[in-house]
Amino acid sequence: MPAKPNEQSTRSISLEIKSGSITLPILKLLNSDTELVARQLRDKIRQAPEFFRNAPVVIDLGELPENADVDFLDLIDILHDHHLIPVGTRGGSQKLQTAAQDAKLAVLPEHKQETGAVSPAPAPSPSKSSSRATAKLPSGSKLIEQPVRSGQRIYASGADLIVLSQVSPGAEVMADGNIHIYGSLRGRALAGVQGNLEARIFCADLQAELIAIGGHYKISENLDESVRGRPVQIYLRDNSLIIENL
Amino acid sequence: MARIIVVTSGKGGVGKTTTSAAISMGLALKGHRTAVIDFDIGLRNLDLIMGCERRVVYDFVNVINQEATLNQALIRDKRCENLHILPASQTRDKDALTQDGVERVLNELSETFEYIVCDSPAGIERGANLAMYFADDAIVVTNPEVSSVRDSDRMLGILASKSRRAELGLEPIKEYLLLTRYSPQRVKLGEMLSVDDVQEILSLHLLGVIPESKAVLSASNAGTPVILDDKSDAGQAYADVIRRYLGENVPHRFLEEEKKGLFGRLFRV
Repeated sequence: MPAKPNEQSTRSISLEIKSGSITLPILKLLNSDTELVARQLRDKIRQAPEFFRNAPVVIDLGELPENADVDFLDLIDILHDHHLIPVGTRGGSQKLQTAAQDAKLAVLPEHKQETGAVSPAPAPSPSKSSSRATAKLPSGSKLIEQPVRSGQRIYASGADLIVLSQVSPGAEVMADGNIHIYGSLRGRALAGVQGNLEARIFCADLQAELIAIGGHYKISENLDESVRGRPVQIYLRDNSLIIENL
Repeated sequence: MARIIVVTSGKGGVGKTTTSAAISMGLALKGHRTAVIDFDIGLRNLDLIMGCERRVVYDFVNVINQEATLNQALIRDKRCENLHILPASQTRDKDALTQDGVERVLNELSETFEYIVCDSPAGIERGANLAMYFADDAIVVTNPEVSSVRDSDRMLGILASKSRRAELGLEPIKEYLLLTRYSPQRVKLGEMLSVDDVQEILSLHLLGVIPESKAVLSASNAGTPVILDDKSDAGQAYADVIRRYLGENVPHRFLEEEKKGLFGRLFRV
């Protein structure tokens, strides 16, 4: 939200604090031996040095055994040597998290519902864009009675979102929980943006530019004609978006 | 207290100034004391459309900067004594407008006028924001064409969230749709969005439909608000708009292609 116009008129704004989600490569540690990691990392990076150059990475500690010890300062040096920029860690034991914090790494919340084995090669994938897990289930709901116009963004934090009117093209509605739209959905709707894969989108008339649940998305071009303009519900099953006529 | 009406659109060239001129003249002709302000600082046009460009001495920015009084800057219309025009400055830019200054001018105008029509510049930057910030009513001018419709939708979002009424949690700005440059023939051929198409996307109260008309260009060039040309379809459509705005129930016209009989073909071309 930009500052009020009366402030704008007297001085220019030098900063804005916003939230956004960014897809980062994840380095999943399977072994706490940094020397072994260094050697294998070098081999990996040799395959695509440009891809990794100056890339920020998150170190995933979730696969390490409970009692593992990681020398984070050593690990950071290794990553820097390979032009990677470690920004934080996620998962792992309390002990590892404390050690990571001591090494000035951010400790990110653990990813919920990791599916199957993931290749150790870090690669950005759009479906993982919202990897922050919901701490608690959405409670309550946010109600919007006016049309959501082009350029407007509405976010129901930790809640469901209910829109009684339409969502115009170029508008964006987001919720940590479910989204219900009783008018036409012509803009974007993103449910479960904090990683709640159980979230659903319900709308009376699907003409969306984009729909997403927990980071898994579908754009207008990929919508089936059989559901376009119909009342539908959208949910996630086996990592794919299911659009079902209501 | 005057009622402040902003004529806005987001997109340029859709007929905001034409509409501002017609609406303000229409209200004045109905006996209401009306002022019309050109917010398009740096691209002054309203004075041309109103035909008072040779009488501009002081302008809106002079009044804001207190270099002139409101009475010195207001130009009284020669055709209708209820109508006054506050021209924009041509030598400045939008940054010359301040919120406090605009508020002061509007408050002062409110003491003597019943309606204040604010002719917004295109865009969603300072000029447009200040033109709509203090509004009570908004007339959103839209052409039956997708980009204009989307820009109007964007503007409606701004009206609903960034206006004084929205910020103070007052009753929201009353929004009206005015569809201009409408051509029933082209709608019929599928080349233009229909009234219903636009209504479906914007879901807004329809104040009127102004047909595409040669009268608009000739009126602009002559410096006469088109509403004074009561023989023309556009002039009549604007007159209907005024009656509707003032609460009369007037059916919409000019939505269908005019059927011309043989005599019509011979004599009306």
